[in-house]
Amino acid sequence: MTAVRESDVPTTAGRPPRRRPPVDLVASLVLLGVFALAASVPQVLATHDAFAVDYHAALQATSLSHWFGTDESGRDLYSRVVFGSRESLLIGLGAAGVGIVAAIVLGALAALGPKPVAVVIDRFVEVLFAFPALLMALLLISVAGPSALTQILAVGAGTAPGYARMVRGQILSAKRSGYVQAAVALGHSPARIVRAHILPNALRPLVAIFALSVGQSIVWASSLSFLGLGVAPPSPEWGALLDAGRAYIVQAGWLVVIPGLVIVALALAATTVGRHLQTGLEKGEK
Amino acid sequence: MSTIDLTDPRAIDLASDAYDDLEWEGARLRVRDLRVAFSPDGVRRDVVRGVTFDLEPGRCVAIVGESGSGKSVTARALVGLAGHGSIVEADELQIHGADALGFGAGDWRRVRGREVGFVLQDALVSLDPLRSVGAEIDESLRVHGAGDRAKRGARVLELLERVGVPDPAVRARQRPDQLSGGLRQRALIASAIALDPDIVIADEPTTALDVTVQAQVLAQLELMKARGASILLISHDLSVVAQLADHILVMRAGEVVEQGPAEVLLSAPRHEYTRALVAAVPGADTRGTRLSPGHAPVPAGVPAPIDPVPVLTATGLVRRFRGPGGSVTTAVDGVSFELAAGETLGIVGESGSGKSTTAKLALGLDHLDAGTVTLHGEPWAPLPESKRRTRRRLVSVVDQDPLSSFDPRWNVGRILLDALPRDVRGAARGERVQELLGQVGLNQDVLGRFPLGLSGGQRQRVAIARALAPRPAVIVLDEAVSALDVTIQAQILDLLVDLQRSTGVSYLFISHDLGVISHLSDRVLVMKDGVVVEHGTPGDIFERPQHPYTRELIASIPAFDYPLTSGKA
Amino acid sequence: MTRISSGKTLALRIAGRAASAVVVLWGAVTVAFVAQLLLPGDRATVILNIRAGQPQERTPDELAPIIAQFGLDRPEIVQYLDYLRGIVTGDLGTSYQQFRPVSAIIGEQLGATVILSLTAITIAWLLMVAWVTLTAGRGPRVGAAASAVDVTAAGLPAYWLGIILLLVFALGLHWFPVIGGTGLSGLVLPAFTLAIPLAGFLSQATRTEFERSLQQPFVLTARLRGMGDTGVRLRHVLRHAILPAVTLTGWALGATLSGAVVVESIFSRPGIGSVLVGAVNSHDLPVVVGIVTLVAAFYVIANLLVDVGYTIVDPRLALV
Repeated sequence: MTAVRESDVPTTAGRPPRRRPPVDLVASLVLLGVFALAASVPQVLATHDAFAVDYHAALQATSLSHWFGTDESGRDLYSRVVFGSRESLLIGLGAAGVGIVAAIVLGALAALGPKPVAVVIDRFVEVLFAFPALLMALLLISVAGPSALTQILAVGAGTAPGYARMVRGQILSAKRSGYVQAAVALGHSPARIVRAHILPNALRPLVAIFALSVGQSIVWASSLSFLGLGVAPPSPEWGALLDAGRAYIVQAGWLVVIPGLVIVALALAATTVGRHLQTGLEKGEK
Repeated sequence: MSTIDLTDPRAIDLASDAYDDLEWEGARLRVRDLRVAFSPDGVRRDVVRGVTFDLEPGRCVAIVGESGSGKSVTARALVGLAGHGSIVEADELQIHGADALGFGAGDWRRVRGREVGFVLQDALVSLDPLRSVGAEIDESLRVHGAGDRAKRGARVLELLERVGVPDPAVRARQRPDQLSGGLRQRALIASAIALDPDIVIADEPTTALDVTVQAQVLAQLELMKARGASILLISHDLSVVAQLADHILVMRAGEVVEQGPAEVLLSAPRHEYTRALVAAVPGADTRGTRLSPGHAPVPAGVPAPIDPVPVLTATGLVRRFRGPGGSVTTAVDGVSFELAAGETLGIVGESGSGKSTTAKLALGLDHLDAGTVTLHGEPWAPLPESKRRTRRRLVSVVDQDPLSSFDPRWNVGRILLDALPRDVRGAARGERVQELLGQVGLNQDVLGRFPLGLSGGQRQRVAIARALAPRPAVIVLDEAVSALDVTIQAQILDLLVDLQRSTGVSYLFISHDLGVISHLSDRVLVMKDGVVVEHGTPGDIFERPQHPYTRELIASIPAFDYPLTSGKA
Repeated sequence: MTRISSGKTLALRIAGRAASAVVVLWGAVTVAFVAQLLLPGDRATVILNIRAGQPQERTPDELAPIIAQFGLDRPEIVQYLDYLRGIVTGDLGTSYQQFRPVSAIIGEQLGATVILSLTAITIAWLLMVAWVTLTAGRGPRVGAAASAVDVTAAGLPAYWLGIILLLVFALGLHWFPVIGGTGLSGLVLPAFTLAIPLAGFLSQATRTEFERSLQQPFVLTARLRGMGDTGVRLRHVLRHAILPAVTLTGWALGATLSGAVVVESIFSRPGIGSVLVGAVNSHDLPVVVGIVTLVAAFYVIANLLVDVGYTIVDPRLALV
């Protein structure tokens, strides 16, 4: 049937626009490429020595020689951001990885495990989900103390329950699907059905979820650093830059605003890629 | 604009005989060469061309067509809602003599509901599911500023009463999901005719309704027509159209292929497509004949040999469902039947009759609360799944919605290979897939395609091929042709007959459609509320129904006495 | 079919949800208790060091009163049961650092944070409803732009947004005080800092549902009876569209309460957030655990309320 909508009121049109790679996706991929470059070979992109102290040049605003300005010790903020990329990205990727892997294990057990195991795991995930991600992370840090590793584990543990529920839901809906019932009717064994139908269909969206999670994890991790509970200054890790810059908000707002903007840009780029993956996967199914 | 001043509140207070006061003489709706196109991205795509008709007082014009024919777009174009990015053109488009081609958004809003009432299909989704039906009917009045709150309240009750809703004061406060299918469809009609529009457009008003409810709705429309309303009926169902229409337009792919007075068009269709449509309507008198053109007629008098030994035997099947708050619904209550080799057993019933649950129980896909099913005389259900698994290949299934029964990541080739038993090995697997494609009349090139890229008919053919793959003794067909267009349905029904003759497979055929059941079945079970109320041959059931419910069911079938066999075509 | 009175079904449903809420709460308390045991090193020494602010070896004489006070010599299971008993009576233990009951420390600060949270949720809802009603279903271009705004807003970290608002509206325009305080004008910037990302998040869910609802047959029916676009949006579509956002509101309370940690720190606002940061820094676990448990409890209770609220918007559920 042709989709029909009110002609005198513009609504979302049914037909897809002409095939052209979406601008936001291209921009996001380029941005992620730049970050990847900065993380792998920072010296190529940096303009200054990220660690060279020069008190004469302290707290300078953005200029042609210091694109992002300088910090309280006169270090070039742009170069510090470039040199901080590696650690920041590793923390984000690590946390997202920890979160997703934990989520897959918990979610799969809660959906496919033998009944008592499934019930217990399901409840356990629900209990964990009652803790907001940031608080869960803080609880872990207060036990283990701040460090990059704690940060990865803390953010991973904070985001895992939400994703675990998602994985469980995906598996359960695959389990209830018509194609699984058709496979049962064909006499296929449960193991074969899980392997051939349930897991591939349920876990496919996780590629997109992982990209979304990287963006989210970097934001969470930097929030912890901002509170002084992550990687500590003088490391150029982005969260640490925020932490160090907080004291100078009034005199030198850029010390917080610019690293923050970098984090936002990276998170948005990862989110955008994730969303395009998501709709791409959905379209592929339709 | 209209020649009648409908802003006059007195016009609204005029009840059922309001149509007599309308002074407009001649056609209330005059359409000449209506064309609808869409151009969402600058590329113009014509979806409707050359629709011409007049709608006169007390008459019913019907537009018949299959999905994609443009019939609904046509109907909506007549009230200015053809859709976003649509271009509506016509030589003439007059509503009550006013030139609707020049209408602005405000003019259209005044016309809708007041001059033209519009009824969609299935009130469960066509009325706001979160609001009471009374509020919905009231909205029709309020939008056009008809009366104060109290007056509108009284009018709502009056309207509900008029469309035959008992206890209007109680019903008005209920939501669509709290009303039965018949009552809510009446409430939908009440909301469409709240302001006594003398033109009523009904777009598939009985689709998805049970046949007894359909009969009630058709009677309601008939009554409105008798009172002088002009009705434009849109439907895919020729037998529904035959009940009501004075004049019929047959549309295909956006064009009117044929139109004429109903009697003439149905009894002597001139266009090949109209003939195919008429021939495709299944029923008791089409048994043993072809429904779709292009094939040789079925050789008469060669019934498939029916082995008297039952393949599948169900005894005293019971299935209960526990509702919230501890209530228990018995969906299937003591159902027994036998299915012989090469036989088709039809199970017919309305929604909620338990026929689909019976199918699931027969398949061993649902838990049995009581009763047994045996397959070739050996236990089949209840039985642990692990014991049943090796014999699963003997019983296959085809559902109403084949799309959801296919893994979206798999192409047709992989779907079919996956369904082959393990003892078919090596090159034989590929050959068997080729054979299956041939059996269901599909081409080689579908193998690499994904279910999503197939048409509805092709998907159902793939589903049937998959069901045949393990060489089953029984195929359970659960509303397998219900979602298909009538000409496609005809092809699939013909295919099923052929396959039964060539393979000797038994069918357990579940459907709500009495025509399809009587066309295909050797024996019929009639179910209501989980119980088999009557069983017998199609002749027994359709000619000499015993149970009052069966009689009501048979009486509700819209009479369609225009049998055309492919022999005549 | 037997139809049970809607009131009774609803009561049963809520009782069921309440029972599972208790299980979740018990689990949360247990997780929190286990966290305390996991603190590395001898707990008495740790407590003493936290209080002194410097790590050093302690003699048994020094440790004895601490062990006695916190009951550390008893088996863990006894400590656990004791902790559970305390929770039921509102006793969350004693702060390692301040030597005061945790419940008193939290009690002083809780009000400010709860007000901030509720204000933020209210603002988020208002922003979201207005924004989605105006922009949803206005064609692909508007849709893409508006949902890009949703995504961006939802992704803004609270610390960054807070500082931008602070720099622009407090330091730049002098509309609001730089240091928050508890007054109304001090509430505006912190509340918006929490509300904007939340509004973006809720908008994503609402927009999807709004555009889906716009395509529903009942909306077409409303248009076919002559209703205008605004009427259709406000009277029919909006009610359907907010359903997912209603479900998310319980989660949103937890998110804003924890987001308050960052916001209170930026705006130097009193509240449990600033207490929490201090406690995490000094390993003052009873305080950390107390606050975390409390927020989990808020989350669970809020979800119960949301459940009831949901049936008001969607009365169909009351009967199912």
